[in-house]
Amino acid sequence: MSARILLIEDETAIRRFLRVALESEGHDVLEAASAREGLAQAARTAPDAVILDLGLPDADGLSVLQGLRGWSEVPVLVLSVRADEAGKVQALDAGAQDYVTKPFSTAELLARIRSLLRDRRSAEEPGAEITLGPLRIDAAAHQVQLAGDPLSLTRREFDLLWMLARHAGRLLTQEMILRSLWGEAHAEDTQYLRVYIRQLRAKLGDDAANPRWIFTEPGIGYRMASE
Amino acid sequence: MMPDRTRPDPEALLPEARREGRGRLKVFLGAAPGVGKTYAMLEAARRRRDEGASVLIGVVEAHGRAETEALLRDLEVLPRQPFYHGGRILHEMDLDALIAARPDLALIDELAHSNLSGTRHEKRWQDVEEVLAAGIDVFTTLNVQHVETLNDTVARITGIRVRETVPDRVLEEAHEIELVDLPPDELIARLRAGKVYVQDQAARAVANFFAKGNLTALRELAMRTAADRVDAQLREHMAAHAIEGPWPTQERVLVLLPDGIEGRDAVRIAKRAADRARVEWLAVGLTELSREGTGVPRPAQALRLAQRLGAEVSQLQVDRDPGAEILDYARRHNVRRVVLPRPPPRPWAARLLRPRAHERLLRQLLREGQDYELTLVADSAAPRRGPARRPRLLPADPLRDAGRAVLAVALTSALALAIDRFLPVVSLSLLYMTAVVAMAARLGLGASVATAALSFFVYNFLFTRPRYTLEVWSQSELLTLVLFLVASIVTGNLAARLRSRVIAQRAIAERTSTLYDFSRKAAAAASFDDVVWAAVSHVAAVLQGEAILLAPDAEGRLAIAGAFPPEDRIGPRELSAARYAFDHGEAAGQGSGTLPAARWLFLPLSGADRRLGVLGIATPDGRSADPAERRLLEALADQVALALERIRLSEDLAQSRVASEAERLRSALLSSVSHDLRTPLVSILGAAEGLELPGLGPEQRGALTEVIREEGERLDRYIQNLLDMSRLGHGALKPNRLPVDLRELAGAARHRLRGVLRPFHLEVQIDPRLPPVSGDPILLEQVLVNILDNAAKYSDPGAGITLGARVQGARVALWIEDHGPGLPPGSQEAVFDMFWRAEQGDGGRTGTGLGLAICRGIVEAHGGSIRAGARADHGRGTRITLDLPLSNPEALP
Repeated sequence: MSARILLIEDETAIRRFLRVALESEGHDVLEAASAREGLAQAARTAPDAVILDLGLPDADGLSVLQGLRGWSEVPVLVLSVRADEAGKVQALDAGAQDYVTKPFSTAELLARIRSLLRDRRSAEEPGAEITLGPLRIDAAAHQVQLAGDPLSLTRREFDLLWMLARHAGRLLTQEMILRSLWGEAHAEDTQYLRVYIRQLRAKLGDDAANPRWIFTEPGIGYRMASE
Repeated sequence: MMPDRTRPDPEALLPEARREGRGRLKVFLGAAPGVGKTYAMLEAARRRRDEGASVLIGVVEAHGRAETEALLRDLEVLPRQPFYHGGRILHEMDLDALIAARPDLALIDELAHSNLSGTRHEKRWQDVEEVLAAGIDVFTTLNVQHVETLNDTVARITGIRVRETVPDRVLEEAHEIELVDLPPDELIARLRAGKVYVQDQAARAVANFFAKGNLTALRELAMRTAADRVDAQLREHMAAHAIEGPWPTQERVLVLLPDGIEGRDAVRIAKRAADRARVEWLAVGLTELSREGTGVPRPAQALRLAQRLGAEVSQLQVDRDPGAEILDYARRHNVRRVVLPRPPPRPWAARLLRPRAHERLLRQLLREGQDYELTLVADSAAPRRGPARRPRLLPADPLRDAGRAVLAVALTSALALAIDRFLPVVSLSLLYMTAVVAMAARLGLGASVATAALSFFVYNFLFTRPRYTLEVWSQSELLTLVLFLVASIVTGNLAARLRSRVIAQRAIAERTSTLYDFSRKAAAAASFDDVVWAAVSHVAAVLQGEAILLAPDAEGRLAIAGAFPPEDRIGPRELSAARYAFDHGEAAGQGSGTLPAARWLFLPLSGADRRLGVLGIATPDGRSADPAERRLLEALADQVALALERIRLSEDLAQSRVASEAERLRSALLSSVSHDLRTPLVSILGAAEGLELPGLGPEQRGALTEVIREEGERLDRYIQNLLDMSRLGHGALKPNRLPVDLRELAGAARHRLRGVLRPFHLEVQIDPRLPPVSGDPILLEQVLVNILDNAAKYSDPGAGITLGARVQGARVALWIEDHGPGLPPGSQEAVFDMFWRAEQGDGGRTGTGLGLAICRGIVEAHGGSIRAGARADHGRGTRITLDLPLSNPEALP
């Protein structure tokens, strides 16, 4: 599945090795070294995904994201440094799909890009069934099977699992999940979410201390294993 | 007898009636700035608004505190009125606009504020009264030191006098008082964190004010004021609704102080009784009507003492039969126990025939006061009035001495004439001799010589034959006279010399003990301010006057460092005298050669190589100190200078210790950077070059890239540690507290370290039902990562690592145990130091020596603790234990 990927990053060395890695997966790579150039490229070439560095020389990466979101729904993966937790959350809230922390593992970055592209396709043609390894989720029949055994989930638990699984491999912030499942008014009631995640984990036989399915990003959100 | 006991007291109804139609005042009372009064007031106001009341902010000072400003955001704020003042535009509350707006509730911060000149009222509390009179409810804030009657007490506690005061009446008429309380430790923490706005006072004064002891005392004062208020409301309620006392709720103690009684023992006993029962107490001075105008009543001192000890003090004018009135007073004030000094002993006949009011009172209390506990206290003052008996030694005064000499001779002569018949004339000379010796002992040489000379003539005139002439017939009598004169002068001389030696000895002893007392106080003083305080209070006590100490401030200008009684201002003339004394190193001001018109006398305080300040003194009657006092003061000034110098030196020493610690860290950082940053770089560069070598097999290439990756990761961890450390070092670390599930946290940390932990067996012993802890998830994850990383670093592959947690009271204990080599003995604390490593040098395990220091920084920022020790089963290995606060358990649905 080859795609066109726009890389907005001011460090030449990083652009160079990412281009090698992305091309090895069969993608087309477009490069931009500044915020202005990045926005212009995005408008001109309509990429399938954007990799955006938050620390750019001419403007904050966040403002690029906001500019982009004015007219495009293209998936964005943000590159951030670890000390900047606040920036990360802001970027996710402003519409970035995921982030990786510098220094990152190339393999991990490629996996995230894969899941972003898959996510986009599934959003375009929403399926009624998701299979993640031994886990099968059937939205039409409202049924979940783990290694062939049916699990009995409440409606809320099912919705939560469906949302996580539909974006498997992608980080979903607590706020995002709460807003989508409980509505705007409950966007900050993170304790609801903690309780449901705990119940869901118990039913999936997942151990919070050594997770197989649902990974916690402390203070930010949850990520479902993609297989 | 009272006319009708169940009719409400009309005077007591008055305050209630006055409240009708008036707005209600609620005061948020705090012990010190920064306890959160404004915040509490805004919260309460928002509740009122949510209940539908219209709320208008007259004036609120947020002082830039974000949390306060957040509360202000959606409340309506009245624009302030600009005033042109001293060349600047300043703003005050717009009183007219506030009243015209007629809100249900007005918020007016800082009740004690003084308005600028040009506004209608001098003080803000007067503005508030006007707003209340207009029928608008008011919320306001007040610190306890601004309450007028507490002002002295607070000045004594803190050494700082506050000039803006609010009359107690305002507080008494408040409808409600809410105490805003914060424990001193938390307040001090807030102060350190820069969350307390302090008006522009000298920094030192502020530090003094926020000492823990002060805050504790102020807090108690604030609580007592609030509690008093509740009690006062109870009393008012009783009076207004004609409910008779004594009520069982609060059994007060009343001490009665009749005229003519010293009474201080009774006051102390009443105070102890009240303290033990934790109740309020009252002290009442009784002035007899018939005796009025005979000067200050004696119990004045006892009443002052009572006030100082916290009693509610009043004076009652009573007639000769005060019993009924006193009993009535006691009943109205809810008294349970009455303390009365025992009347001074008098002959029983006198007591019976002309009883004094005091004696009648006692009899009536015994007869009619069955409801009350009565304590009689012996008035111990009479027998030991004044200092211990010792011969009075008076300084020389020729005129008085001459007078006394004449008097002594006259008395002696009268006695001699009386016993002339029984003794031979010669023996009478011994009488005169006795008078001479007595005068010598009492008054010194001059008086004794005068007495001797006078005696010589009078004796001659009265007793030698021919009597009543100055002639002497008998040779033997002439000899007696001459011998008498010689002997008188010799013994008088001896006695006088003895006397002056005694005087000198006593003066030396007094001076020594004064100096000794001070040096003891100064030795106990731990800070500059303590020494200053000890010095001024001691000097003031010795002089029974006032003392002030000025020292150069940070900019080198002389400023008041302390004064007793507390004082924060000094006149220009006094200041220039102080400067002169400081600059020239000699005394200046009152009674000296320089600027003698100044009110104070200033003595320089000179250290070994610098001037430390000046000590100013003023006597109560404005007289100059006599030479002996001056000598004593100069000796005291030397001691003060010594003590100040000692403190300055130890402060310098502490500073240089801090500097050398910083220097040690700097060099540790340098060596760490050069070693730890270089080592991975060497490997990376070497491996990269190796990849370019021809003829490498895929396995060898794989090994080289593995090296590059691993070393790169190591470099990253190291830089991250340095970054974390610098964030901690700047105190910029503010945990964003959320409920954190420790099992989830363990999972996240394990995920992040999956590469490092792969060769180990990690066992998690955390009950899934463990309630969440309160903390910043991202920071706490970092803590777990650092500790687990360390455990892996010091363990052999295949070994087990355990991570466990358990509830302990309102906290959670979390521990991580490994099977590594364990800690070297005595290093349980040192492991948390920066750049500490179990093994030093190139042969050691790699690491930055920062990981655990970061953990400690993060955990302490959470109000938790972290320590290292041996494994719980005493096996080989290390156990790190953390203690974290639990999150609020009721947050779970």
